[in-house]
Amino acid sequence: MDITFENVTYIYQQNTPFAHKAIDDLSFQIKSGSYVAIIGHTGSGKSTLIQHLNGLAIPTEGKVSIGSYHLSKEEKPKDMKELRSKVGVVFQYPEHQLFEETVAKDIAFGPQNFGVSEAEIQNRINEITSAVGLDESLLERSPFDLSGGQMRRVAIAGVLAVKPDVLVLDEPTAGLDPRGQKEIMDMFYKLHQDQGLTTILVTHSMEDALKYADHVLILNKGTKYMEGSPEEVFSQKEALQRVQLDVPEIVQFLDEFQERFGTSIPFKKQSVKELAEAIQQQIKGAEST
Amino acid sequence: MNNTLIIGQYVPGDSIVHRLDPRTKITIIFFFVFIVFFANNVAGYSLLTVFALTCMLTSKVPIRFIIKGLTPVWFLIVFTFILHLFVTKEGTVILDFWIFEFYSGGVVQGFAISIRFFLLILVTSLLTLTTTPIEITDAIEDMLHPLKRFKFPVHELALMMSISLRFIPTLMQETDKISKAQASRGVDFRTGPIRERIKAIVPLLVPLFVSAFKRAEELAMAMEARGYQGGEGRSKLRELKIEKRDIFVLILFILVVAGLILARMYG
Repeated sequence: MDITFENVTYIYQQNTPFAHKAIDDLSFQIKSGSYVAIIGHTGSGKSTLIQHLNGLAIPTEGKVSIGSYHLSKEEKPKDMKELRSKVGVVFQYPEHQLFEETVAKDIAFGPQNFGVSEAEIQNRINEITSAVGLDESLLERSPFDLSGGQMRRVAIAGVLAVKPDVLVLDEPTAGLDPRGQKEIMDMFYKLHQDQGLTTILVTHSMEDALKYADHVLILNKGTKYMEGSPEEVFSQKEALQRVQLDVPEIVQFLDEFQERFGTSIPFKKQSVKELAEAIQQQIKGAEST
Repeated sequence: MNNTLIIGQYVPGDSIVHRLDPRTKITIIFFFVFIVFFANNVAGYSLLTVFALTCMLTSKVPIRFIIKGLTPVWFLIVFTFILHLFVTKEGTVILDFWIFEFYSGGVVQGFAISIRFFLLILVTSLLTLTTTPIEITDAIEDMLHPLKRFKFPVHELALMMSISLRFIPTLMQETDKISKAQASRGVDFRTGPIRERIKAIVPLLVPLFVSAFKRAEELAMAMEARGYQGGEGRSKLRELKIEKRDIFVLILFILVVAGLILARMYG
């Protein structure tokens, strides 16, 4: 589903002394099937932005369109539930939303609410537990007996079991060990490709954004600061540092490489191996002349 | 970020009413509640009304908030007024309508009671509008201090109060977060039959309790780790101090009380 923000402004507690503008005149477009990373400092409006994607927040001004659903002050979809079954949101620390007696019941909770048949739910549970890397023996355990990493996987499975078209991820790997982080991010990427999902990743990790996203949106104080392909955005080191953001390690490396050796290698989202080859060529080229 | 939740109904400000020592405010309100019933004539009521309105204006709290605080008791005020109109049979008949006779005493009595109600609510809500709950707790701890001699656990009581106040916004944030997460999983808290809506509370309450217990345990551990062992010999971060303005306001209040007594004696 295509997603469009048109001049969206969102104000918390409007008309009180606590009024606070979280999003300010924000416009952008996300094409169906793309993988977008949203990056910004704490308080830049990322969390508020994603709440607009499934109707948890309605724009104070402006309009949000998700496929054929339109959200604005004047116009709300009649069936918010339908929209929410199409847009799955994995919130920060999703394990806090677990409540059922068993893991299987918790995973089934979402699909049940959206009216999926019992037989289909059973299918999905089996399919998804293996996809998120949960052992089947855990299905009948209480989610509160599991380790933090396992709880996270159960919560993610609960969102995926709804089979959304759009997957919104709000720092899905915060607080996990590096291996768990990589496993979960790779799992999301595989799903994104296999099922043609539109994925929106809110993250602090430039490395993740560079690795997975094909479009990057940088927010600052509720407005759009930069937008473009990862190559475009991450090559602008100064602009990023102005809003207290770092560039990915590889960009930093290329920068220092240029400073030290006086020759530049253009940044094209190359892998470490490709980079090594490029350096090798440069050195060889220098020797031959 | 939704970190601007209001605790109670406190409205931040920098007026003299905000900056008064909370003990001064509590003392004044404590006595005000009594003297409101002491007034019995126009002069007395006017004096109290002027005092209350002055407090309200100097606090610079937007009128909107005060009216909002009054809404639940509005009905009560109007109701008592009407009740007095019908029931009190004193003074002269001023209106004879169908089977009802309205007496002048009824109008006067109705007015008097309504004004009392209004003043009580206004002044007490001014306290919560201009004082943070933590300040109120500190003031209560300090004012209950003499009870310590009778083995009354004043410090523990104050600690319990401040901990629960401290965690109200946290719990509210948590509730907000979890209800959004569950709404995203298709829970409908707002529409549908009552039975369904009550069932929808379970996915909200269970995670909330789990995290509250976890938090309590963590807090206890953190306090233990930092060697907390109760109030003995503990100094305070926010020391309550009586300033010139407190003395000034207290004198002003004593003058009001004196004026009221005079009004009652000679009014």
